[in-house]
Amino acid sequence: MEPRVTTAVASAPVTAQAFKSDTKPIWCPGCGDYSVLSSISKALAMLGLRPENVAVVSGIGCSSRIPAYTTCYGLHGVHGRALAAATGLKTARPDLTVLVAGGDGDGYSIGGNHFLHACRRNVDLTYIVMDNHVYGMTKGQPSPTTEPDWDSKLSPGGTGLRTFHPLVIALAAGANFIARAFSGDPNGTADILADAIRTPGFSFVEVLSPCVTFRPEQREWKKQVRPAPVATTDDPARAARRIITDDGFNIGVLYKGNRKPYRASVDRATKPLTDLESDFVI
Amino acid sequence: MSPAKAPRTISRKGKVSRIARAKQRKKPSAKPSVGGEADFLARAWTMEVEAAERYAMLADAMHEHNNLGVAELFRKLARIEQLHADRILEENLSKHAPALPPGGFRWDGGEGPETADPGELHYRMQPYHALQIALTSEKRAQKFFADLARNAAQATVRKAAQEMAEDEAEHVRLIEEWLKRTPPPERDWERDPDPPAQSD
Repeated sequence: MEPRVTTAVASAPVTAQAFKSDTKPIWCPGCGDYSVLSSISKALAMLGLRPENVAVVSGIGCSSRIPAYTTCYGLHGVHGRALAAATGLKTARPDLTVLVAGGDGDGYSIGGNHFLHACRRNVDLTYIVMDNHVYGMTKGQPSPTTEPDWDSKLSPGGTGLRTFHPLVIALAAGANFIARAFSGDPNGTADILADAIRTPGFSFVEVLSPCVTFRPEQREWKKQVRPAPVATTDDPARAARRIITDDGFNIGVLYKGNRKPYRASVDRATKPLTDLESDFVI
Repeated sequence: MSPAKAPRTISRKGKVSRIARAKQRKKPSAKPSVGGEADFLARAWTMEVEAAERYAMLADAMHEHNNLGVAELFRKLARIEQLHADRILEENLSKHAPALPPGGFRWDGGEGPETADPGELHYRMQPYHALQIALTSEKRAQKFFADLARNAAQATVRKAAQEMAEDEAEHVRLIEEWLKRTPPPERDWERDPDPPAQSD
């Protein structure tokens, strides 16, 4: 968990490049996740943060490899459990900026329940889901956001299942910031991420990030995405109408609320460990 | 992966597809916004640095996937762009890089005009494809400076932009020459005898 860049002078601004580690990504050439990594780096630099003040927590999957590619503190954890680990980290260390990153399978299926309750609890986290509508790491199984008629060797004829709608569910469950971004617009994504990090509470950013290996047709997304034709709203009902009726390609901050973020009680957080342990002595 | 189904931005014949051409038309915007001469030179330097960093990233990606020929070519392009950046520093600025806004410059139309799109990569691409990506980037850069040379408010910026546009036009010519010397992609360049989507 040691940050890998600590040599910079404390007051000097950190460049985006300084948030990238020497570990080379093993994502497929053409994968959208490369650009998401760039966007995260840019957003952190734009906000004037330093690697030692940021933690990146992930689960399992292609996109969940991202902590290793940054110079921040990192936890590459258990499948679907990134939000649980991040919630604990942020509660214990509210001074840290905590980003949570992963894919649609990790976040909406294996970690689906954690997603609901992270939205509900509204801990000050930024959750970045690189959504490519497929389980890439395990060779192309349908994920919760896969279209019902996606025909593949592993899902002949398609699953026939209704797709999970993460933005609607995030809104219903209480997320305080909801946005959709596109990896093919790394600077636009960086702006959205910076906004998400700045906004207190649970910020959810779905980034459409093509899987060029198992979903090569997603290269066409660059022609389909567009800026959302509406301004950001703080009205959940209005946001719900917009999100539920859009086609999944509107890019921008779609909802920014005013919920007070969850913070642990100061009394409890400062209670000595020995006091806590005493309750468990047999 | 099913190569037959894959929509290509690089065609089998090595031609840049409709998507790539559309993108070429889209970037940069007709009137790039640049302040005074110092801002212009800082942007020109940043453009080259960002292009070099991107090529280095593309080289790493291809190296990880054992496409060593293309990796080396991207590495070479990264070195060339870094040389351009160093030259701008030496001739116009100083030995020190200019101070940039946090997170870098905001470019009209997305990333820097000379920055290659990582979405254009394919793990089985050939050097010819890499050069096509470079050509697209150089043409965008050339257009960026040419637009500035016509539209910038300050005469000093217009003059400097004209020089840069001529430099970039020369780079376009060099890449085109390089492409002529490079074998075009094989007919089935995408075909993978052990495709990643094969179920075990």
